[in-house]
Amino acid sequence: MGIEDKLPSGVLLTTVEGVIGWLRQASFWPATMGLACCAIEMMAFGAPRFDAGRWGQEVFRASPRQADLLIVSGRVSQKMAPVIRQVYDQMPNPKWVISMGACASSGGMFNNYAIVQGCDHIVPVDVYLPGCPPRPDMLIDAMFKLRKGDVAHHAIGPNRIAEDEAAEQAALVAPSTLEMKGLMR
Amino acid sequence: MTEPNAADLAEVSDGTSAEQRVTRKGMWGQGPGDTSGYGGIVRSFERFPRTDRPYGSYFDEIVDRLHGLLPSVDLDHVVVAHDELTIFVPKADLLDVLTACRDDALLRFEVCVSVSGVHFPDLVGEELHAVYHLLSITHNRRVRLQVTCADSDPHIPSSVPTYPMTDWHERETYDMFGIIFDGHPALTRILMPDDWEGFPQRKDYPLGGIPVEYKGAVVPPPDQRRSYS
Amino acid sequence: MTDESVGTVYVAQGGDWDDIVRGQADRGDEKIVINMGPQHPSTHGVLRLILEMDGETVTSLRPGIGFLHTGIEKNMEYRTFAQGSTFVTRMDYVAPIFNEVAYCMAVEKLLDMKVPERADVIRVLFMELNRISSHLVAVGTGGMEIGALTMMTIGFREREMILDFFEAVCGTRMNHAYIRPGGVAIDLPDDGLPRLKGVIDWLHKHLWEYGAFCNENPIFKGRMKGVATLNLTQCMVYGASGPVLRAAGYPWDLRKSQPYCGYETYDFDVITWDTNDAYGRFRIRVAEMTESLKIVEQCYDRLEATTGQPVMVEDPKYALPGQLTVGADGQGNSNEHIKHIMGSSMEALIHHFKMVTEGFRVPAGQAYVAIESPKGELGCHVVSDGGTRPYRVHMRDPGFNHLQAAPAMCEGAMISDVVVAVASLDPVLGGVDR
Repeated sequence: MGIEDKLPSGVLLTTVEGVIGWLRQASFWPATMGLACCAIEMMAFGAPRFDAGRWGQEVFRASPRQADLLIVSGRVSQKMAPVIRQVYDQMPNPKWVISMGACASSGGMFNNYAIVQGCDHIVPVDVYLPGCPPRPDMLIDAMFKLRKGDVAHHAIGPNRIAEDEAAEQAALVAPSTLEMKGLMR
Repeated sequence: MTEPNAADLAEVSDGTSAEQRVTRKGMWGQGPGDTSGYGGIVRSFERFPRTDRPYGSYFDEIVDRLHGLLPSVDLDHVVVAHDELTIFVPKADLLDVLTACRDDALLRFEVCVSVSGVHFPDLVGEELHAVYHLLSITHNRRVRLQVTCADSDPHIPSSVPTYPMTDWHERETYDMFGIIFDGHPALTRILMPDDWEGFPQRKDYPLGGIPVEYKGAVVPPPDQRRSYS
Repeated sequence: MTDESVGTVYVAQGGDWDDIVRGQADRGDEKIVINMGPQHPSTHGVLRLILEMDGETVTSLRPGIGFLHTGIEKNMEYRTFAQGSTFVTRMDYVAPIFNEVAYCMAVEKLLDMKVPERADVIRVLFMELNRISSHLVAVGTGGMEIGALTMMTIGFREREMILDFFEAVCGTRMNHAYIRPGGVAIDLPDDGLPRLKGVIDWLHKHLWEYGAFCNENPIFKGRMKGVATLNLTQCMVYGASGPVLRAAGYPWDLRKSQPYCGYETYDFDVITWDTNDAYGRFRIRVAEMTESLKIVEQCYDRLEATTGQPVMVEDPKYALPGQLTVGADGQGNSNEHIKHIMGSSMEALIHHFKMVTEGFRVPAGQAYVAIESPKGELGCHVVSDGGTRPYRVHMRDPGFNHLQAAPAMCEGAMISDVVVAVASLDPVLGGVDR
């Protein structure tokens, strides 16, 4: 016997976290940060054929301070890496990162002196999107996976603090990205 | 170890300019290669063999005109291949040649479209080459000037006073090869970060890749894999 | 920046913006240093511009590039000549076909190789379609940056049609690696020509819209006319080519003056404009799209006439054996060839293995090939030392060269003109930084 039985019809119960997560999905704004080839596909994502406006996401925010999604769209050079980190740092919490394309995820075919071998060396990544470049459809899919996943179920309040602390502890004891082995198994 | 083949490339120090013979063992591209697996056949070739006159096309005209304008400059090392004219220019005379190329009405190369570097570690004393591609819009012609300098003294006079459009091209060549263009207005790094060490596109600079691991197997970076050439 | 010898320095990286504004007002000094980019919506990618301004007037502009330096040229030195095509296509990613053609033509020049006629026609077809799609991105993003958002939405609409055709032929929307030394990777599919017809019809129906929207639009003209001027003398000083040079009235087009791939046999005009400004470059781009469409139509006829002819050199030393078809798994494959090498000929298997792992050898020497990319002269300098891999590859990208002219175009103008100037040069930073 809970409070549910006493409710009149038409009233649903949920958590504050759930409501906020549900609302956040609708106001999910990527920062305008194009790097390379993937950025052109990212533009196509907002253009008529794929039309991110269908679910209200065609607005890319020019200022990172108004954005909560960073799409690392392309190869990250050694020279660009600090800039990306600064853009990420300027974004308000909560924020998410999509690593778009093979170069951003792993360095791709450019395994050389100039390219950071995966943007997860500099920012925490939520979704890795394969492809060179990924089709806009794939970016849409990544976006929805992120929305339905971490965005919708993002903890708030003390839960958030606890989660952040746990994540930080885990990151502190984890080996550096370069030393991680066997993750693909 | 960037060039796995470097050990096979031994130099013969008989040359005076960029015609030094390069000796190679093993497999090569010109003539019958040593595909026996024995690897004992040795063959030497010139990187930039001189072409004898007549050069054909409009090439004789350009070389003659340059000789006429600058009689004291040694412009005898001319290579004609694939319908392209390459003139090796002594670096001390580069500015005179460039100015003549630009100003003379019969040459009139208005544009220097590109400056790039090439590193030949096996050419002793002239390891670094700067390659200038000139374009004459008036006469619809192209010519390539090649200037060499030693790794120990990587100085070449800057072409920017004559061809302002080479400003960034020379900066890039400096950035990638470490050729110092004397007289350039601001010779700084352009593509790499300002505090970068080394000159990445030289042959003695490693590719800088990392081994890639996939499902337990590790693939070395491309420059450390077995090679055939 | 902490050098205060030139005046008070405010660093807008934190603190209260009002303090900065108040301090500025108290000093009555209008000089501001603004850092535009590398993450900035209107710099066509990761271009950094350091502006020194007096009020809204730009007194000095310094472009900073290299934020997308990928080391492609160095990477290519460790891959075979055939693999090089896959690398160069990622340089100027808005016009990938041009990179591939320039590179492959340079390799073919070293090999003294003549590609089949049909391969040349397909190359021209792809280049001209790519020229249209590149110009669409140029006018589209250029329009978006000055507030004409419709230009971008309709530009990408047409671009998708062209990319659909590319995808049907070579399997990818971008980064095709379709042009190979010796020809092209695969012939048009069975429905290639009808598809091409569809693209031509679509472009006929829509390409005029760009001019109709903008040519006489007072706001558009107000933003573009007389802005970012570069006259013929300045063009020569900066070595400008492509639409920038043609907007200064000089009809220089490598397709006409130094023809390649059989361009001398196609009928098209070189568009020029006489205003030296961003508006002229826009008009040239729009008109060039129509000219390209003319060439595409001529390609259509020639493709029809050459159906069934080879698209790759016959010499098995250079061509990967087997005519590929798309299999059930979506990958290109040749069952006939697999049968041959696995079933009947050990030598063919060895040859195939060596072709793929080792690659073909290119005689020692160097070659420079210049082609007319949508942005200007795209040059490729390939040096070989007789091995199976390039000794050095250098791409001369028009955007790299043209960005040098940005200060001359912008200094003395307003800050809003900087955006127009950079857009009118149409640099693609992947090509600029390589």
